[in-house]
Amino acid sequence: MEATVHATGHVAHRDDEGKRMGMWLFLFTEVLLFGGLFIVYAAYRFINPEDFHTGSQHLDWVIGAINTVILLTSSLTVALSISAIQSGNTKKAKILLYLTLAFALAFLVNKYFEWGGKIHHGLFPGMEEFKHLTHGESLFFVLYFFMTGLHGLHIIAGGIFIGFILYYINKGEVTSESYTLHENAGLYWHLVDVIWIYLFPLFYLII
Amino acid sequence: MESEKMATEITPKGYVNFFEESHGLKSWIFTHDHKRIALLYFYGVVGFFLMGVVLGLLMKFEMITPGETIMKPQTYNSLFTLHGVIMVFLFIIPAVPAIFGNFFLPILIGADDVAFPKLNLLSWYLYVIGGIMALSTLILGDGPPDTGWTFYAPYSVKTGTNVIMAVMAAFVLGFSSILTGLNFIVTMHRMRAPGMDWMKMPLFPWALYATSWVQVLATPIIGITLLMVVAERVLGVGFFDPSIGGDPVLYQHLFWIYSHPAVYIMILPAMGLISEMIPVFVKKSIFGYKAIVYSSLAIAFVGYFVWGHHMFTSGMSGQARVVFSILTFLVAIPSGVKVFNWVATMFKGSIDLQTPLLYCMAFIFLFMIGGFTGLVVGALSADVHVHDTYFVVAHFHYVMFGGTGFAFIGALHYWYPKMFGRMYNKKVANIGFGVLFTGFNILYFPMFILGIQGMPRRYYDYLPEYSTWHKVSTMGSWVVAIGLIIIIANLVKAYRKGEPATGNVWGGITLEWETKSPPPLLNFDKPPTVTHGPYDYSILNK
Amino acid sequence: METEKHIVDDKKNILIWVDLLILTFVTVEIAQFDFKTLTILIALGVATFKTILVGYFFMHLKFENRFFKTMVFLCLFVLIAVLAILFIDYSYR
Ligand SMILES: [Cu+2]
Repeated sequence: MEATVHATGHVAHRDDEGKRMGMWLFLFTEVLLFGGLFIVYAAYRFINPEDFHTGSQHLDWVIGAINTVILLTSSLTVALSISAIQSGNTKKAKILLYLTLAFALAFLVNKYFEWGGKIHHGLFPGMEEFKHLTHGESLFFVLYFFMTGLHGLHIIAGGIFIGFILYYINKGEVTSESYTLHENAGLYWHLVDVIWIYLFPLFYLII
Repeated sequence: MESEKMATEITPKGYVNFFEESHGLKSWIFTHDHKRIALLYFYGVVGFFLMGVVLGLLMKFEMITPGETIMKPQTYNSLFTLHGVIMVFLFIIPAVPAIFGNFFLPILIGADDVAFPKLNLLSWYLYVIGGIMALSTLILGDGPPDTGWTFYAPYSVKTGTNVIMAVMAAFVLGFSSILTGLNFIVTMHRMRAPGMDWMKMPLFPWALYATSWVQVLATPIIGITLLMVVAERVLGVGFFDPSIGGDPVLYQHLFWIYSHPAVYIMILPAMGLISEMIPVFVKKSIFGYKAIVYSSLAIAFVGYFVWGHHMFTSGMSGQARVVFSILTFLVAIPSGVKVFNWVATMFKGSIDLQTPLLYCMAFIFLFMIGGFTGLVVGALSADVHVHDTYFVVAHFHYVMFGGTGFAFIGALHYWYPKMFGRMYNKKVANIGFGVLFTGFNILYFPMFILGIQGMPRRYYDYLPEYSTWHKVSTMGSWVVAIGLIIIIANLVKAYRKGEPATGNVWGGITLEWETKSPPPLLNFDKPPTVTHGPYDYSILNK
Repeated sequence: METEKHIVDDKKNILIWVDLLILTFVTVEIAQFDFKTLTILIALGVATFKTILVGYFFMHLKFENRFFKTMVFLCLFVLIAVLAILFIDYSYR
């Protein structure tokens, strides 16, 4: 973490801005990864507007809205924890990160029951009820499961990243002087939130 | 000037180069040194290239007579698929950025390594894992895929062969490519030596910069598309299968949204190599430095929006076809700017006809043929006639092998003394070049004729009227093989017994010639400061 | 090469969060009405506005130099342009 001097006199600087730049570039790849799915969504919704509407009626927008609020709040706690670590308040930073993890868990539990409900009604690809759907409706559900599933995986990945930050704070490697890793975890978490910001109206609120 | 002093001085012994720094397998496979990682890539990429060559030779041998010659149709289908997958994902995409980019990018901008050395090593591991996955289709599952490297749905969803493994291999390799690009962008932004502002950066780094953006912004699309193919096969859900509501043309869109920009991942760094080599052998500043920089960026940018020219006969709407055809013609402009600049650089230069320059000239010649025939297939009406014929096969081999392949081998001859600290036999190198160049044209030019006559690509059998040119083409493939053997044997021999190379073999003035051959661990004895432009040969006269 | 430290105070962050909640409420409410094709555009517009808030304030884009902002713009431009060109096919097929 600190500047190291090599035998030949080369000085290796710590480059915070470079690390953040790397993280942003990685976020772009994530944006385009989901971007590919949004392209598929756009094309199929354009071809089957009616079916996407009826498909959307099977989803409960209240659960979606609750999850949106949960994720927005978790974004807030991450942002607050960065301010806390910057001002040297390690304890507050840690509590806020634990809160973020709790929100992530709440989101996943919510998702679990939502998926469980769909599967209970046989609306998962390959199940009996699924075969009676129209082409457009089945595309809607395929996209729903694929996109929210991939998003769920990103929640888990983000949670693990935040877990690492907690570990590094405890080890004293993330401090008020060296917090770029913490910021990067925050960036990742915000991106996961942003993706949900789009998923929510696109799946739950189709007129 | 420092560079003049270096030019005459034989590399003194008594410094530790990056080979001698540490020893043993562990010091290589856990290294963070960008030069060692570059060499790790080098051995992997060349290994896969030779595998691809062998597959190609077998295919050509099969085509020497109509009907069955040495293999069954299913084997032929697997061969052209594997040949494509290996050559595209395991050779051309990583070849120039991962080998020469890793080795020379930090040196050319005066840095001691890339921005994220550990990530760099991770990229190599992903490359190896992806390679092993691709090869494992030969023995695992129900045989290697027979879809062609494009994995077009719905066939890729329905065939019984091991598509999932091949597709996952491409996914992992894509990730490796993304991480390399990410690493390079940050390296160029944050680690340029003092005095090297953007417009003093050599053109190979510039080309890599444009390429890296394409790697970062385009590769994820193919990643997600391939995941959808896997999901469709595993879960039986309809993303692309028309019988359950999917749109197979959408698959083609997504595939080419990546794979056309990927063409620029393959060719842009090669263009950078050419821009880097030509000034050195004509001892003259590059003509239109800024034009080359901006044309690289323009190619990368416009290249995003032309993917549909691969789909003119797929059932896309007429309006879209016209738009894609027009946009495709736009990309030809910056490519033309580059060719003009290279030729203008050579004009009235003091030309020193060394092996690397021969490859540069061959590049320009072959790339022109490949580029102009690219306009033929980019033109909507002409493409309807030659789509999916040997004409297309000839076109992209002229661009990819004649372009990137020749630039790769040329750069290998240019930087070999720097990388390994030894010089090869120049006469043999020139002979190898001559044989390869001749063989290349005998192999691929007949394919243009076959294509115009209507010979479809990927066909196992053909009508008797095509047999003459098929025979000529097959014989050309043998000449190419002989050429490659001469080149490789010469370089391998140089590795063992070559003359020790000086620090500045060709009298270049970019930063890699200011350090020793091979460079020490952190590239320079003391971090360099840049005072002149990369091709400012007027300093030699002062 | 360390960058200067920008600490956002908690009040400001909470204010952004309140804005985001209000916008979520707006998305839900507006979805009750049928504006035909405009509906989806309004929904995406609100989502984009939320994204700008998250990006600019929570993700500290406002403290980063111009290159970061350009990069973000470029990335989104590419995605939107690709989508627009794709629809030249779908809307005329
Ligand atoms: Cu193309």
